[in-house]
Amino acid sequence: MKIVRPAKAGTMESNDIYIMVYPNENGNEIQLDSIVLKQFGNQIKKVIMDTLNELEVENALVVAKDRGALDYTIKARVETAIKRACE
Amino acid sequence: MINAVKREIPEFIEGYGKVKPFMGAYANIGDVVKTSVKIKSVKPNDKKVLPSIKDALLKCGIKDGMTISFHHHLRNGDYVLNMVLDEIAKLGIKNLTVAASSIFPCHAPLVEHIKNGVVTKIYANYMSGPVAEAVSKGLLKYPAIMHTHGGRARAIESGDLHIDIAFIAAPTCDTYGNINGVEGKSACGSLGYAIPDAMYAEKVVAITDNLVDYPACPIEISQEYVDYVVVVDEIGDPKGIVSGTTRITRDPIGLRIAKLAAQLIDEVGLLKDGFSFQTGAGGTSLAVAAFVKDIMKKKNIKGSFAAGGITGYIVDMFEEGLFKALFDVQCFDLKAVESYKNNKAHQGMSASMYGNPHNKGAVVNNLDVMILGATEVDIDFNVNVTTGSNGIIIGGSGGHSDTAAGAKLAIVVTQLTKARLPIIVDRVTTVTTPGETIDAVVTERGIAINPRRQDLLEKLKDSNLPIFTIEELKNMAEKLTGVPEKIEFEDRIVAVVEYRDGTVIDVVRQVR
Repeated sequence: MKIVRPAKAGTMESNDIYIMVYPNENGNEIQLDSIVLKQFGNQIKKVIMDTLNELEVENALVVAKDRGALDYTIKARVETAIKRACE
Repeated sequence: MINAVKREIPEFIEGYGKVKPFMGAYANIGDVVKTSVKIKSVKPNDKKVLPSIKDALLKCGIKDGMTISFHHHLRNGDYVLNMVLDEIAKLGIKNLTVAASSIFPCHAPLVEHIKNGVVTKIYANYMSGPVAEAVSKGLLKYPAIMHTHGGRARAIESGDLHIDIAFIAAPTCDTYGNINGVEGKSACGSLGYAIPDAMYAEKVVAITDNLVDYPACPIEISQEYVDYVVVVDEIGDPKGIVSGTTRITRDPIGLRIAKLAAQLIDEVGLLKDGFSFQTGAGGTSLAVAAFVKDIMKKKNIKGSFAAGGITGYIVDMFEEGLFKALFDVQCFDLKAVESYKNNKAHQGMSASMYGNPHNKGAVVNNLDVMILGATEVDIDFNVNVTTGSNGIIIGGSGGHSDTAAGAKLAIVVTQLTKARLPIIVDRVTTVTTPGETIDAVVTERGIAINPRRQDLLEKLKDSNLPIFTIEELKNMAEKLTGVPEKIEFEDRIVAVVEYRDGTVIDVVRQVR
């Protein structure tokens, strides 16, 4: 899928994640801020990256503000944001 | 060396001294000696009221390396600690030890005094906010020493913690040093934590914003202990001292946990006439009180006492006749202050009477049920309330370890996961309270009973309550959240966690 416009999904509530997606020049890039960065930062990035790959997204900048979301929440929010950012 | 909760502790800690390892919750109770106090007695015509804090400091002979103490009844509205330290810093004094029963975000200016070497050592039973972060990051020269509320009283009475000057924030004080907490614009109720300080410090200075004619009655801290009295405009911000009301949680998860905890108390047969109870002021803990209240009313049970930091909710239960008396070391809200002032059976208690393991019997020993919180619980039932799972100090025992050790049934109430973090883990970041004193953990998805309590498991064998092993609860949590990556620490010790008997139960290392 091709990102054509910025889009967002999610909230800043506890246990949710706020995802913003922008078109990017060179591949996929993630900027993550999380209240559990030390404990789960790598796992959250992996879930975001896996979701991008599943949706065949190639050039996206994902800005994520995590408030302790579980994996399925992260996946759902990323997917929704991507779909909003595409045609 | 390895202590009784399997923690690797050095035999000697720089800035702390030789370590006595934790040997078990009841291993170190028996013959003890209380220390003597050097004081300066007064002549009939001596006056105690001085014009300023600076005058009091000079009269007390403030000098480098002294230990000064504070109590925390003004909580996050306290002005006294900051006022005194600012004056001391202006005098150019260095290397002080601050023994504060608790440190809150309002004490942020202390961080500057730490950086400048005015303060190089801290004792506290609880610390949160900028000072706790500064300690966690290693800014303090020597390790902070974390006590329990009862353990601090023990340390003072035994002489382990020698106080040169105690500063008492006094909502009301007379010209000869009699103090109470129930009158005045900064009224905070019971002054229980300040009592050991007043009795065992060499010098005692009352700082008040309500100086009254002699005598100020009722007397909570008496003239026989107080050297000087200083009047200031305000000792604290009333908004931070007591909250207007303490509320029961409306969160359905918190309510579910509370309901399960109340059912557990009932099913193990503790809810009967003469019942005694303590709970914290947190929303879920208070909700347990609400469910317990329902059962008590339904079954027409007359309890004996409720204890602790007292909230309006507990006062309501007392005024409805559900408890004969309240034991109060600290009032949490205005309703508690009002009741403490007016009800004869709303009894004040000192920190020592509350939880000191080395006296002739603390109130915690008479508790049937204690409701506790946790940031982490491990599969040995050890509880952490000292550090967050990122390793930063966010609290401390307070009365946690004291009440857990004393109560017949110590129940930890907690969500199974909080913001993706599993609360039940293999090994807590810091041991605050040893697992041998925790009897049950209640979460929204199930209850774990400590296998040491076969008697409880026997009573619950036909119960409909969702009872699991602690490992099963841990697995449930990890299935939801995943396994967190380990936090890394530096080698340097930034805080020593003392159990209530003065042995070292754990250390906190600097966060990376």
